[in-house]
Amino acid sequence: MALKPSDFKTDVFADWCPGCGDFGIMMALQIALAELGVQPHQVVLVSGIGCSGKEAHNVKAYGVHTLHGRTLPFATGIKVANPDLEVIAIGGDGDGLGIGAGHFVNTGRRNLDITYIIHDNGVYGLTKGQASPTLKLGLKTKAIPKPNINQALNPIALALMTGYTFVARSYAYDVQHLKDTIIQGIQHKGSAFIDVLQPCPTYNDINTKEWYAGEDRKDPETGKARGRLYKLGDVGYDPAVQNEDDDFSKKIAALNKAQEWGDRIPIGVFYKNELEPTFLERIGRRIPFYMTDPPAKQAISDAAGMSNADLTEFFEELMTS
Amino acid sequence: MKEVNWMAGGPQGAGVDSAANIFAKACGYGGLYVYGKREYHSNIKGLHSYFHLRISDREIQANVNDVDLLAAFDAETAVRHINEVVPNGGIIVDKEQINSKVFSIPTLPYEYKDELRKQFPKRGINDTVSDFLEDAKAGGAQVFLIPYMDLLKRVASKLGIRKISTVTRMTNVLTIGVSFALLNYDIGLVEKAIKSIFANKPKLIEMNTTALEEAYGYTVQNFGNAFPLKLEKIETTEKRIFLSGNQAVALGKVLAGCRVQTYYPITPAADESEYLEAHEIFKTNTGEASIVVVQTEDEIAAINSASGAALTGARAATSTSGPGFSLMVEGLSWAGNCEVPVVISYYQRGAPATGLPTRSGQSDLKFAINAGHGDFPRIVLASGDIKECFYDAALAFNYAERYQLPVIHLIDKALANSSQTYKIFETSQFTIDRGTTPTEEASNEEYKRFRFTDTGVSPRLPLGTKNRVYWLTGDEHNEIGHISEEAANRTMMMEKRMKKLETADREIPDRERVNFFGDGSSGDVVISWGSPKGGIIEAMSKLNAEGFSLRFIQFRMIHPFPTRFVSHALEEAQNLIAVENNYSGQLAEIVKENTGIETSFRVLKYNGRPMSTTELYDALKRIVTHQAKKRQVLSYGS
Repeated sequence: MALKPSDFKTDVFADWCPGCGDFGIMMALQIALAELGVQPHQVVLVSGIGCSGKEAHNVKAYGVHTLHGRTLPFATGIKVANPDLEVIAIGGDGDGLGIGAGHFVNTGRRNLDITYIIHDNGVYGLTKGQASPTLKLGLKTKAIPKPNINQALNPIALALMTGYTFVARSYAYDVQHLKDTIIQGIQHKGSAFIDVLQPCPTYNDINTKEWYAGEDRKDPETGKARGRLYKLGDVGYDPAVQNEDDDFSKKIAALNKAQEWGDRIPIGVFYKNELEPTFLERIGRRIPFYMTDPPAKQAISDAAGMSNADLTEFFEELMTS
Repeated sequence: MKEVNWMAGGPQGAGVDSAANIFAKACGYGGLYVYGKREYHSNIKGLHSYFHLRISDREIQANVNDVDLLAAFDAETAVRHINEVVPNGGIIVDKEQINSKVFSIPTLPYEYKDELRKQFPKRGINDTVSDFLEDAKAGGAQVFLIPYMDLLKRVASKLGIRKISTVTRMTNVLTIGVSFALLNYDIGLVEKAIKSIFANKPKLIEMNTTALEEAYGYTVQNFGNAFPLKLEKIETTEKRIFLSGNQAVALGKVLAGCRVQTYYPITPAADESEYLEAHEIFKTNTGEASIVVVQTEDEIAAINSASGAALTGARAATSTSGPGFSLMVEGLSWAGNCEVPVVISYYQRGAPATGLPTRSGQSDLKFAINAGHGDFPRIVLASGDIKECFYDAALAFNYAERYQLPVIHLIDKALANSSQTYKIFETSQFTIDRGTTPTEEASNEEYKRFRFTDTGVSPRLPLGTKNRVYWLTGDEHNEIGHISEEAANRTMMMEKRMKKLETADREIPDRERVNFFGDGSSGDVVISWGSPKGGIIEAMSKLNAEGFSLRFIQFRMIHPFPTRFVSHALEEAQNLIAVENNYSGQLAEIVKENTGIETSFRVLKYNGRPMSTTELYDALKRIVTHQAKKRQVLSYGS
């Protein structure tokens, strides 16, 4: 029976501030799961700490609300032990690119078949508005005492350089685009990274909904706001790597696009490569029965409850008599 | 047969380990038991390392101070270990190195040379290796000068090898050949050992065998029966294995059904994970199974990935040492809060900080018991010997799943890197206990992962179970796993989690928690944990032969502490003697905390080296003969 987005809702009150981008991401995720036709028990939502971490409790699926920055290690363990589960990792920009940056980099190297959605609003919301790793140098959002003294990192460029094979950006208030991007990410074979731009209505008074909508730069003739976001698909950008020789030029093109910011901010898929073997495939080359009999499904005892391990060969190797 | 203590030493990278391996295996083929202690620097090549093998016709379980025969690959080994050689013992040295100056050996550390500078004038020694050897001869030792390079040249010419550097790494096998010739041991068994160790590498077998025979022949010809001590083979049909603590832990995990192991490289834990990875596919009663070993980016990822794997129902573990465990602590707290059955193999080494990365210590007991913010239940095990490493590694998973909590299995470097001969471990009796899952009737109700129960243990279902969902959070949560800051729920949830420790304390039998040795009525009671076990048992048996009876309680499960049992056992104790490889006496403090009983004596050691039977005998004898201070600090080891 096909499920509706409401089948992925829980009765847990979503306690984000009114106007928070998290609402849009949660909705997009629920619609995406319904459209994908998965059952709640097939999905594990792994979240970090911060406002976005609570999202796991608002989606009806297995929810693992973990530690600050450790979303990806938990997701890795879950996926490696049971590849049949649809593992989606979600977290904030501080969570994934600050305290968890080492995990972000190394998860890319593995090309593990999971989807990672970063809620990118430039601030640490739940601790009341400190600068996050994606806030630009020199900006002074309202809760920080002095302008940001650190350069911002570029999540798209970092993801490209560390091995993610699906790299995309979307916008929390464009639920339709975000939902489509999430579906593509989940369907992608390999590690999918989605950077979701979202206003923080309480603490980021610079990159606001109005700022993204371009209300500060109205067309002098028509008086209409000129939105800052544009879709890569609308300008004929093709992110897909078709053969291995293509890979380098596609990465360079994606990096170029990743540099755009300010008045023109691209959203959509920057890079997509399904030729690269996934971590699960790499394990499967070593353990031929890995995908059909993964760790979580293997029997470890016989009917009488005794261990089924046969240590004879181990002992023979260690034999000294 | 009198037991034989053989030591091989040389610069790291010169094949000390493989020499010891060949030696031990050759002894095993002769029906003999071996205990091997391995010491090495935190270095890849060049610094001093050695292997001390103790060989006997009976099972032995610790090292001793004495060396009967020292096989020195280089001058430094002779200098460093000459004082350990017994009066009738032998020293095998390179003839060409005896004129080298002791103070010119670049790898001897400053503080070591400084000590020699003080000693030499007192003992009337000049500064060449030769002077040093003369001093040893005066003490009764025999020196066997062997022309290593001449023998290597002969080996090269026999093999038709022109480049002498190709055969210089055979120095280790030369010393084996000399040693076995002096000990008058059957060379056929040594050749068998070489063939087994270099199986499928015919070229290495040929090179090693040629070097062995050259050295053996040279020694017989030049020294004949000069060395009084002999090694005699014994006929036996018993099947025995020779294995390290690292290997024993790995095997225990395979027995228990561990299917995912995560780790970040660290000494002395990494050998276990590498061994598992090398054996990732193995046999079961019905076919094959596997263990996936994941090398993570750090220990934070290691513990959390292991927890993630455990949540899916796979038995999962991680393996680390002190610095790595320090990084795991937040994840441990999460696992405690979310009731995750994850196993942590914790190999202690010299600490604090980076400490002595390749040396032993037992200074992390209190840390293991108390690590992590907040009160949460965990079980802490500590193995006393290599065989216990095997069974405890397996039991850890049963405890973890039965009580749904993290289990920390403490091992120390002395156990991890020592090797011992055992009869093949009995495995047919090992039962897998996966704890409670919901019953059929219960499965119709709404599933609550953290259901309140009398035991504190809630029926567990893995992530992905059909037609169920639940939540896990590091925040305080309600029965279905959603965040809850409600005061009443918080109190109940804390009590539910902590109750599991009481349940475990009630259910786990004493025989899995403490071991008893010696005279049950003796008022002199030794308490200890971890690697000192073997030495204590051997020292006690020696003392018993002299009319001193002692009792020994070895703690194997230290948390939850077996309070009732220990309080009762210690009622009649007059002298409580704690023996530990740390500065403060951490077990002694824990015993006091739980029973109110204070130790009379503490025998401690924190120089990074394990306790030997010899020094434990001396220390305990001082106590039973009323000559001991309350705190004895042992110092043997180089």
